[in-house]
Amino acid sequence: MGGFARGSLGVLLPPVLAVVATMILFAGFLAAQGVDPLTAYRLIWLGAFGTWFSWQDSLVRAAPLLLTGLCVALPAQMGLMIIGGEGAFVLGALAAVAAGLAAGNLGLPDILVQVIMAAAGICAGGVVIALCGLLRFKRGVNETISSLLFAYIAIAVMNQIIAGPMRDPGSLNRPATRTLPDNLMLGTIPGTTIHVGLIFGIIACLAAYICVYFTKFGFAARIVGGNARAGRVVGLPVERMILAFCFAAGGAAGLGGMVEVAAVQGAVSSDISTGAGYTGILVAFLARMNPLAIIPVAVLLGGLDAAGGLLQQRLNLPDATMLVLRGVLFVMLLSADALQGRLTRYLAPRRLPVTV
Amino acid sequence: MAAEALGWWGVPLAVGAGAIRVSTPFLFVSLGEVVTETSGRINLGLEGTLVMGAMSGYAISFYTGSPWLGVLAAGIVGSLLGALHAGICSLPKVNDIAVGIALLLFGTGLAFFLGTPFVAPQAPNLPSIPLGFWSDVPQIQAALKVNVLFFIGVAAAPLLAWALRNTGVGLMIRMVGDNAEAARAMGYSPLTVRLWATCFGGFMAGVGGSFLSLYYPGSWSEGLSSGQGIIAVALVIFARWRPMYCLWASLLFGGAGALGPALQSVGISQGYYLFNAAPYVLTLVIMIIACSPDRTLAGAPGELSITK
Repeated sequence: MGGFARGSLGVLLPPVLAVVATMILFAGFLAAQGVDPLTAYRLIWLGAFGTWFSWQDSLVRAAPLLLTGLCVALPAQMGLMIIGGEGAFVLGALAAVAAGLAAGNLGLPDILVQVIMAAAGICAGGVVIALCGLLRFKRGVNETISSLLFAYIAIAVMNQIIAGPMRDPGSLNRPATRTLPDNLMLGTIPGTTIHVGLIFGIIACLAAYICVYFTKFGFAARIVGGNARAGRVVGLPVERMILAFCFAAGGAAGLGGMVEVAAVQGAVSSDISTGAGYTGILVAFLARMNPLAIIPVAVLLGGLDAAGGLLQQRLNLPDATMLVLRGVLFVMLLSADALQGRLTRYLAPRRLPVTV
Repeated sequence: MAAEALGWWGVPLAVGAGAIRVSTPFLFVSLGEVVTETSGRINLGLEGTLVMGAMSGYAISFYTGSPWLGVLAAGIVGSLLGALHAGICSLPKVNDIAVGIALLLFGTGLAFFLGTPFVAPQAPNLPSIPLGFWSDVPQIQAALKVNVLFFIGVAAAPLLAWALRNTGVGLMIRMVGDNAEAARAMGYSPLTVRLWATCFGGFMAGVGGSFLSLYYPGSWSEGLSSGQGIIAVALVIFARWRPMYCLWASLLFGGAGALGPALQSVGISQGYYLFNAAPYVLTLVIMIIACSPDRTLAGAPGELSITK
């Protein structure tokens, strides 16, 4: 086996083992609920990737996950663990609607208004996460905790704004903002029901991948992530890099919020907090913080989301079934990390030159 | 008549009463986490443990009719989740913060799944002690109805402080947390000590969760906890790993959490959501003040990943 193949096997094997272990454990869990695991898995496959209809549903659900996954994976390059993507997502959606409703009346071309909406979403999300980075290096505040606190604060601010200043007088029972006019909604990819947000997400992941692995800036970031002190010693502007990466991360999640509101929901209500920010944590971990790997992982988890409805209809399983599956997967994934390195050592050819 | 006469005094009264009522989960979670963190490990998954404790406590109380059995069950479920955390963390190359995040998601997911049948039925709640019997003002009577778990928590704080400082077990936990190598040289196994410390933390968080579902608000729903577990973990840092400081900090956070409902009760509904965010803002502000980029925090366990 060549060095490269062995290397990638060593990286890929633990997550694959984690998925297999999860499927076995989850089958046991389903059996304990009196549900036939094979039927359930067949339905999950059918609901996720079994038909073109379910593929489209899965891809639509993957779109926000691509962006919230980046919100975790980008700061991770610098050794920061941000888990508050939900806050950036919610504020991004709110800012995008505010921008769209305000700029929509100026007589600008629709595409320009949409760009302004995206920029507003990116800025709103970016500022929140950049603040977590700022607090980290200015005051030593743990970014994991602060980002989660910011998420709760962001949701409270969103609730306050949609109940007060931005409330649509027509929304009687549940406060919501006014709905975006149809001409400002994002379109779909021709021939499908998939909105263009998926393309935004894929472009963002590709751009992040190139930036992290093929630019000097990304290389410097990974040095800092490995050892911040070494980064400072060689004269890297660690603080500014943290800010840039955190802003980009929050911006990605904020763009996710913009996509959610401008392609799916149309207005911001408390429904905007879909949990995509939290699922993004799992996406990033499953992708091993690699922006390129986020793409297939997000599609996989989007598929699981899409299958949840089918499980509920056919087998009468509660909504939270998929949360359990995800939780088990996350736990197994981290346990499998312990295997990292050991497997490759085991697979390595003994007393042979590495060049094959 | 007396009710109207109280007027604006109702706000500090409601905040004070709320401080006692809302602080109890914070108190239990943070006291447990003090022990876990003193042993050199951080368990961010306590939010999930809290929700799981709330669900299982409610379910057991519903089936057995005894809320105290519910509290016990919540504690046991919590300690199992703690053991799971400790077990995964004892594997090589595993980061305790990441495991905490995973268990946060796992615990809440499992609780929502298993808790679906318990959203509607009413389970027997924990009793409270009417300390306001001397007054005939209903608000004062309501404010001074204090749950027994609160007193247990208040008693546990000095007890834990004493035990960590003066007993052999306390010394062992502190040594493992400050320098695992030294502890190993003395013949203690850091992994075993941390396993028990994390189980204890999980037990306390589970009990804290059962308070939510069995006393205040007193029923099971998916929106029961909104980050109390995470706030409590942050609160331990603020309390500098001292159980008595956890008690004061919990009361402070409880008061902040009661601000929104208290203001609403006297007719101020403007900014209701923002006042509800007061505990998160307070946590953040306190962390900004208490932390420092240049030096390790005074009193921080040497092995703790979060302060390194």
